[in-house]
Amino acid sequence: MNNTPARNTKVMNRFDLTSRLVAKLKNEEAVVGGIGNTNFDLWAAGHRPQNFYMLGSMGLAFPIALGVALAQPKRRIFALEGDGSLLMQLGALSTIATLAPKNLTMVVMDNGVYQITGAQPTPGAVVADIVAIAIASGLGNSAWAADEDDFERLIDQSMSTAGPTLIGVRIDDKPGVGITRRDPVQIRERFMHGLGVREPL
Amino acid sequence: MAVAEEKTSPEISQEKSWHGIVLQSLKRNDISLVPYVPDRILTTLIKNLHADPFFTTFPTAREEEAVGIVSGAWMGGRRGAVLMQTSGFATLANVLASLAMPYQIPLILFVTERGTLGEFNYGQSLVCRTMRPVLDSLAMEHHTCTRLDEFEFICDRSIKQAITTQAPVALILSPLLTGGKTFDK
Repeated sequence: MNNTPARNTKVMNRFDLTSRLVAKLKNEEAVVGGIGNTNFDLWAAGHRPQNFYMLGSMGLAFPIALGVALAQPKRRIFALEGDGSLLMQLGALSTIATLAPKNLTMVVMDNGVYQITGAQPTPGAVVADIVAIAIASGLGNSAWAADEDDFERLIDQSMSTAGPTLIGVRIDDKPGVGITRRDPVQIRERFMHGLGVREPL
Repeated sequence: MAVAEEKTSPEISQEKSWHGIVLQSLKRNDISLVPYVPDRILTTLIKNLHADPFFTTFPTAREEEAVGIVSGAWMGGRRGAVLMQTSGFATLANVLASLAMPYQIPLILFVTERGTLGEFNYGQSLVCRTMRPVLDSLAMEHHTCTRLDEFEFICDRSIKQAITTQAPVALILSPLLTGGKTFDK
């Protein structure tokens, strides 16, 4: 198997893709944004009460989203994660494949670098194929998005698929557009309000 | 409290083992999601959790993954707890300090204690010495459970306190309670 980057995938932009995703959300879908740029761009795409922003715990966007998915099986959950973050927690893909929640869509923003720390390449940058890893972990509904239209098509498709979906997107090395307000308690509380778990005081 | 409940609840009085107390305490407090990274000591508890349809219980590849899962579940309105051994706890400093504590999530950890009272692996005994300093440095509530007669009280009260105060808790299950793991194989 040849995993060298001969992928027929356009290099896209994180903020643009995140905005396209958010524009599609009409049913109070939850979105979990991974550490750093991934949640900065989620914030910049327009805050929603159903967004959760991580301020640490690199690699846990998918596990956190899995927990939300298991708690609220009728709600669609999206999780946005970077390739460097995912490399920290590849085992989570197998856990998700085993539990097979029907309401979880995962997006991996793959730029091959740790953009936020100075754009150093990840260990997998040249050799690893995140979508192939996901498929081998048991996530059969995993695909690279060829371009923006294909990304939107895959997002739409995931909402009616009877199992978890993973979408890989190649992105450029641009930093996030905004900066999330770093107030963890308020982020968590607003998220719980957004999910209907609690009422505001 | 434990005595009073035994009189009123035949279901509880049948459960005199430490693992039976854990299972019943989880159930009584509506904690239904229980991911784990196993330990030999946890074998019976894990088997019984799997056998009980009330629980969604499954292994994760790493302990911090399980912490992420129950944290997400809490925010979605479902309660969880994580089972692990001492060396697994040692992988958690980052997630405790960056997720459970600052976001005020009532994370409930059950940690079977290796590394003391008859440990045969030097590495395990060193790992064990890092556990309480990490918990103390974060001012995270923890109890070392050594006696069966106190265990239901500690379990039930600690779970309720974690939830009502929105603060994590670790219950360390000593070999004095569980029998531990001995060098016999």
